Amino acid sequence: MPKQTFILNGKPVTVNVNDDVRVLWVLRDLLGVTGPKYGCGINVCKACTSHINGKAFNPCSVKVGDLKKKDRVTTIEGLPDTVGKQLHPMQQAWIDRDVPQCGYCQPGQIMAAVATVKKVRREGRQLRESDLDEIRNICRCGTYARIREAVEEGARNMR
Amino acid sequence: MSIAETATDAGNMHNPSSTAGAAGSGLGRRSFLGYVIGGTTLVAAAEFAAPARSDAVVPSLPQVPELYDLEDLQTDAALPTSALISVSINKDGTASFAIPRAEVGQGITTSTAMILADELDLPVSKVKVTLAPARPELVFNQLTGGSNTTVSTYTPIRVAAAIARNALLDAAAIELGYAVARLRTYDGLVEAPNGTTIGYGELAEKAASPETKQVEVALKEAADRKVVGRPHNRDDALAAVTGQKDFSMDLDVKGALPTMVCRAPTLNGTPRRLKNRKKIKRMPGVKDVVKVDTGIAVRARTFGQCIDAIREMKVVWNKGSAEGESDQTILAGLRRAELPMVVPNVPILADQIDADFAFAFRSSAALEPNCAIADVREDSAEIWAGLKVPILAQQNIAAAIGLRQDQVKVNVITSGGSFGHKLFSDAAIEAAKISKKMKKPVRLMWHRADEPRQGRLHPMCTSRVRATMLGNEVLSFEQRNTSVVTDFSHGLGEIITSTIDEAPTDVGKALGGLGFSETIFTLTQELPYNFGAVTQLLNETDDRFNTGSMRNIYSPDTAVASELVIDMMAKKMKMDPLEFRLKFIKDDRTRACLEKVAKEGNWGRKMPAHRAQGIAVHKEYKGATAVLVEIDTRPSTVNRKIRNAVTGPRVTKVVMAVDAGLVINPRGLEAQMQGGFMDGLALTLTSSCHLRNGKFLEASWDNYFYTRQWNVPRKIDVHIMDPGVDQPGGAGEAGVPASAAAVACAYARAVGKVPTAFPINHGEISFKPKTFVPPVPKSPTNGLKFTY
Repeated sequence: MPKQTFILNGKPVTVNVNDDVRVLWVLRDLLGVTGPKYGCGINVCKACTSHINGKAFNPCSVKVGDLKKKDRVTTIEGLPDTVGKQLHPMQQAWIDRDVPQCGYCQPGQIMAAVATVKKVRREGRQLRESDLDEIRNICRCGTYARIREAVEEGARNMR
Repeated sequence: MSIAETATDAGNMHNPSSTAGAAGSGLGRRSFLGYVIGGTTLVAAAEFAAPARSDAVVPSLPQVPELYDLEDLQTDAALPTSALISVSINKDGTASFAIPRAEVGQGITTSTAMILADELDLPVSKVKVTLAPARPELVFNQLTGGSNTTVSTYTPIRVAAAIARNALLDAAAIELGYAVARLRTYDGLVEAPNGTTIGYGELAEKAASPETKQVEVALKEAADRKVVGRPHNRDDALAAVTGQKDFSMDLDVKGALPTMVCRAPTLNGTPRRLKNRKKIKRMPGVKDVVKVDTGIAVRARTFGQCIDAIREMKVVWNKGSAEGESDQTILAGLRRAELPMVVPNVPILADQIDADFAFAFRSSAALEPNCAIADVREDSAEIWAGLKVPILAQQNIAAAIGLRQDQVKVNVITSGGSFGHKLFSDAAIEAAKISKKMKKPVRLMWHRADEPRQGRLHPMCTSRVRATMLGNEVLSFEQRNTSVVTDFSHGLGEIITSTIDEAPTDVGKALGGLGFSETIFTLTQELPYNFGAVTQLLNETDDRFNTGSMRNIYSPDTAVASELVIDMMAKKMKMDPLEFRLKFIKDDRTRACLEKVAKEGNWGRKMPAHRAQGIAVHKEYKGATAVLVEIDTRPSTVNRKIRNAVTGPRVTKVVMAVDAGLVINPRGLEAQMQGGFMDGLALTLTSSCHLRNGKFLEASWDNYFYTRQWNVPRKIDVHIMDPGVDQPGGAGEAGVPASAAAVACAYARAVGKVPTAFPINHGEISFKPKTFVPPVPKSPTNGLKFTY
């Protein structure tokens, strides 16, 4: 069986599995990294949102064989390390605003929020309401209002 | 000194302004009975008499819920066994309590910890609330639903906590050498007059009783509460935002490999045989393949490999339960079953409004799909799942796999949402059957596509209203709901009432002619207006669908219909919708909510073309809600483009007022109201399932349009009312009905036409249905194209 190697939350990992298994299942079923959740498996609900090389992606829709050795995959578990703190400012904002209800979608929401803020910064502009409107992550508890507040607060505290 | 006196004295010391002295003499404060349970560390349990209900006094003939509602039914059903609910004090100074309810996101572990903390004088962070496994001895007292948790558990858990605190004081009195009356408690410490303190942890063993004894206790006064009523963040927020909160599929159960089921193309179709079993068995990662009554189950190294196997399966299927049927044929069946109105439709002098609304099937699926871990052995079984009725699950699982109930251990795991979905134990029962057949532990998860297609739906229904008016008075208001059968086979959480529901004709007749659904309808529906002769009735027909409650049972549909008709009546009387409601509203608490949103939301402000306000109320769950919204239906808004999105009209502003009785956690209540609004919004504008030729077309969140960020109002204010009562009301479902209704009313006013079918976009199918054979879509591979 092929060996798959990539960098997961700062450390290289190697897994024996076929190329075509999607990254979500490699993370959850083989590596026991369960922060990214399954909600649809077809890149719609965004509950598995994680980062690849600092950008948001959905591991349900990427073959593990398409990852390169140097690719850095970051899940919610590795997010605090990216800023060298106990909690990323976005996670802190989520706590301050008491965003989660059931909590199932929230790891994906936070990863999407961080990527959204970084994206608008790359574009050299401020976060707009329309950016928040286009966050695709579903929250079936309907925590959307607090998510919007928390993204804005988290953005203010992100360097 | 008796325990009862101890409570009095301690309470007195703790708060000199309280009336604890009167309680000691049996006057003023009510005392409650409970137990100190025999053991090595302190365990206190509650027993209590039926709480006094504040029976409503109303000027006109009351409807049933005003006197006795679903909350009362559930609370009374829980009474005889609440004595078995216990609080333990641990050696590390924490208190623990296993609540016989399910945490599904509604925040009950947090609010329960707050209630306990207040009564124990312990920091909330030191109160650990976990979910109790199935405890059959609790009989009726282990169902999470009807927004009833705090309504029914508020008093017994306080009693248990108060008894524990008294026992700690008794033990501390000996240790510190002072009479209990001179001690005070705070932050998990007992303090003597000389400043010496001793922690609850140190007292845990000393306060233990070698035998179980009955004691009497008085509870804290409202003025003594330091935690209840103040905003508190969730106890599991840190775990949730760091990915550490474990849901069923995150648990590490040895050998429980990923398992999925290949399901029939038509609703409830059953498998005849798998034609290419050998090929499937040879696929990468596949370990086991078995046939069960719901389909072909496959167990593999990863879920991805289960999906791949399902897509390759060639299965011969038996017919489904609704072959050839579509929305139109089911609706026609409902029409045939509609109950007649009482008031004739040819009034001589009066004005009459006849209105008729249809509500489509909707999916109650949470984001966490149906799932369960099952490990079934020869003579025992263990289950892990998010279950709101674990006792019934235990009974049904035992029956399904041929074990005795006591051989099945059922663990209740925090759920990734419920909305009524987890009132049923479909996945747990299915997992147990598969595990038994495979003789291996299984980690069963439904594919997302399975949820709207084979999972529980809110039934399609119609609601007809006839209102008769004479001059400026309303003579009658009749509402007739006709629904596809709502499955209440969860009963009150165990097999007895469950059986009643499954045999409504026999037992229902014995109960006065009402089946369980009709009983629930009668216990929940209440029109809070003085409209003369008011009747609201339900008839159900057609039991071929997988149905259940959906964050409310009947109320959102009933409220949409009645509040739209109320706007029509106001128009006929040439009155403003708010003015009309205020004239006819029945009770002060609902009126206060209505007045609050009208004021805060600036009701009546002039709106530009294609934009309008809407206002609505709802009364249920021992409380009331009012919602004011503003909606934008300009073509430029309705037709705005977002990739793969249903946009449509946008609600731009929401003002809600909620009277939920005594509020435990205002921050949690606000969250429930905001979430409830998002549900109501989807019900009215966007979310439904389409039945075509025996199949539901929807298969994922890009077909089933639950509220998304592009639909979310940018401003949503929640005002929490203080009715000055000591009875908590329900929160989880309370926000939905008035929200759905206010959005419908605003939409009707904005477009100048009252819609008659909901959601308003149900008439058009704005997606390409995914394949039915295979029943699950292919996992995409192009994810790296969408990074951002």
